[in-house]
Amino acid sequence: MSTRVDFGRRVMVLRRRNVAVRVEWRSVVVCAVLVLAIAGTAVLALMTGSFQLGPGQVISALTGETTGLVRDIVVEWRLPRVAAALVFGAALGVSGAVFQSTLRNPLADPGVIGFSQGSYTGALIVILVVNGTYWQLVGGALIGGVATALAVYLLAYRRGVQGFRLIVVGIAISAMLASANTWLILKADLDQAMAAATWGAGSLNGVSWGQVAFGGACIAVLLLLAALSSRPMRQLELGDDAAAAHGIRVSAVRLGLMVLGVALMATVTAASGPIAFISLVAPQIGRRLTRSAGITLAPAALIGALLCLAADYLAQHVAPTPLPVGIVTVILGGGYLGWLLITEARRRL
Amino acid sequence: MSTPTSINGLAAAGDTAMSTPSPSDSRLHVESATIGYDKRVISRELSVAIPDESFTVIVGPNACGKSTLLRGLSRLLKPSAGQVVLDGADINSFKTKEVARRVGLLPQSSIAPDGITVGDLVARGRYPHQGFVRQWTEADEQAVLRAMRQTSVTDLSARLVDELSGGQRQRVWVAMALAQHTDIMLLDEPTTFLDITHQIELMELFTDLHHVGHTLVAVLHDLNHAARYATHLIAMKDGQVVAEGAPAEIVTADLVHEVFGLRCLVVPDPVAGTPSVVPLGRDRPAKLKKGEGASVDGS
Repeated sequence: MSTRVDFGRRVMVLRRRNVAVRVEWRSVVVCAVLVLAIAGTAVLALMTGSFQLGPGQVISALTGETTGLVRDIVVEWRLPRVAAALVFGAALGVSGAVFQSTLRNPLADPGVIGFSQGSYTGALIVILVVNGTYWQLVGGALIGGVATALAVYLLAYRRGVQGFRLIVVGIAISAMLASANTWLILKADLDQAMAAATWGAGSLNGVSWGQVAFGGACIAVLLLLAALSSRPMRQLELGDDAAAAHGIRVSAVRLGLMVLGVALMATVTAASGPIAFISLVAPQIGRRLTRSAGITLAPAALIGALLCLAADYLAQHVAPTPLPVGIVTVILGGGYLGWLLITEARRRL
Repeated sequence: MSTPTSINGLAAAGDTAMSTPSPSDSRLHVESATIGYDKRVISRELSVAIPDESFTVIVGPNACGKSTLLRGLSRLLKPSAGQVVLDGADINSFKTKEVARRVGLLPQSSIAPDGITVGDLVARGRYPHQGFVRQWTEADEQAVLRAMRQTSVTDLSARLVDELSGGQRQRVWVAMALAQHTDIMLLDEPTTFLDITHQIELMELFTDLHHVGHTLVAVLHDLNHAARYATHLIAMKDGQVVAEGAPAEIVTADLVHEVFGLRCLVVPDPVAGTPSVVPLGRDRPAKLKKGEGASVDGS
């Protein structure tokens, strides 16, 4: 008789004194490949620009062997942007993963509970009505996004929050805010409207080391919290009753996870404006690559980072004119959604 | 209960209820609890005990409060008054994981995450015993293997849960609840949606689990299954216990009429000898001689 559980997949079990973990081989391999791909793309992004560098120059600049202009180009000019793309992408991937798992819906992210439209409304009001500074813009976006998410949560609250009701209320509120946003832009003069549109597209232009460091610190804490709550999160995927029977305080855990997801997206939005679709696609691509059961956070984070970096590379260097990264992710995301609908429809037929 | 002048069957049922051991002796019992959803009270001042090491089955018509009682027993619903007592203390005073190590639940419906295999799903039942760095100990491994053996799903271990038949899938959910390794297991309508063969298979699995020492509490719709397999039967109506006791002692035509409003005959099950409920239906069958069905009219 077998003394090991057959999981239908190769698993790696590590047991030491107080530690006992089980990971799937496939997930380990996928994550390792993703890390390599991210490293390669990062080097490529650091090489490319109006002043082309070779991979050797980039690496010696990063390790501190080279000083002077090459180091300044790599570390001072290009690295903040690459670091921002990686950190923000990972945050977006995890943000979406948390929402898709919690709401048990592959099309969920903080946007479905109105965060994106709400933060845009907040930013528009700051730009058009207050004519505020950059930091006021960030504050307005955060207040708008969080207030909208909170309103949607409360409107959907009936003896706890049920995923489907939350999504329906979120869509309704988002639609109302979207028309309010359109109205605000139509009322604005041209300069203001263009500033608003640039912010609304989501861009890594002008991201400084300071923003990356501050955002990165916030995101690091949030990602740690997400890692700590990943086990209850995956247990919640079994249904509310089963999770409760396993000793999970369902309402508290669900609320905590959604706050975490919104906080991750809010941090990114504050620094770069709303970068759409990464939160939506990264968890699903991760799930398909690892063939894991349900949503897992690590692949979602890595794919989010890779997607954001690659999209920014495309936006800056491949597009005929430099674009905000958000425009490229919208195009990628649209393609993904189309593909998802087609494969889902085929499966039904 | 309807009126003070209750019919014979009910009086007898009341006697049986009194002869069961005092509620406070059993590990899991309800003390004058009011249970419901928001403002809608389902059961008021309900007191009922689950005898230790019994296979207790709760029966009653739809919306009689049997699932609500089970949710109360499993801590999913908190009584607005009174309490559910587990091992001598209010069940809501325990840490949630501690309750989960003592009382397991097979919910009416659960969700299998996309792409999960049987082994993985059964292993999820170990959650209350695990921690962040102790996710998969030897004890976890052995508990999962044992749960899969007991439910005969070992051969399905590597299969995707989505690919299984309804009967297989329900056995896998039972295995997950078993892997939780609790003395007390609550089963909410475990046989609903299964064909008759799988229903019997599952009831016999529960009987086996009862024999190896689990205390089982199931909500069932099928009275004949309840009467055949339960060691202790609780009949509920309008949120209250109408009768409780061994099936052979309490299942009578009068009780079935009182609880379900169904006119029937109660005859011995030709196989097990337990009470078997045969509905009379609207038209009195010609086979019945005059007087034979008289008692069921309550006249």
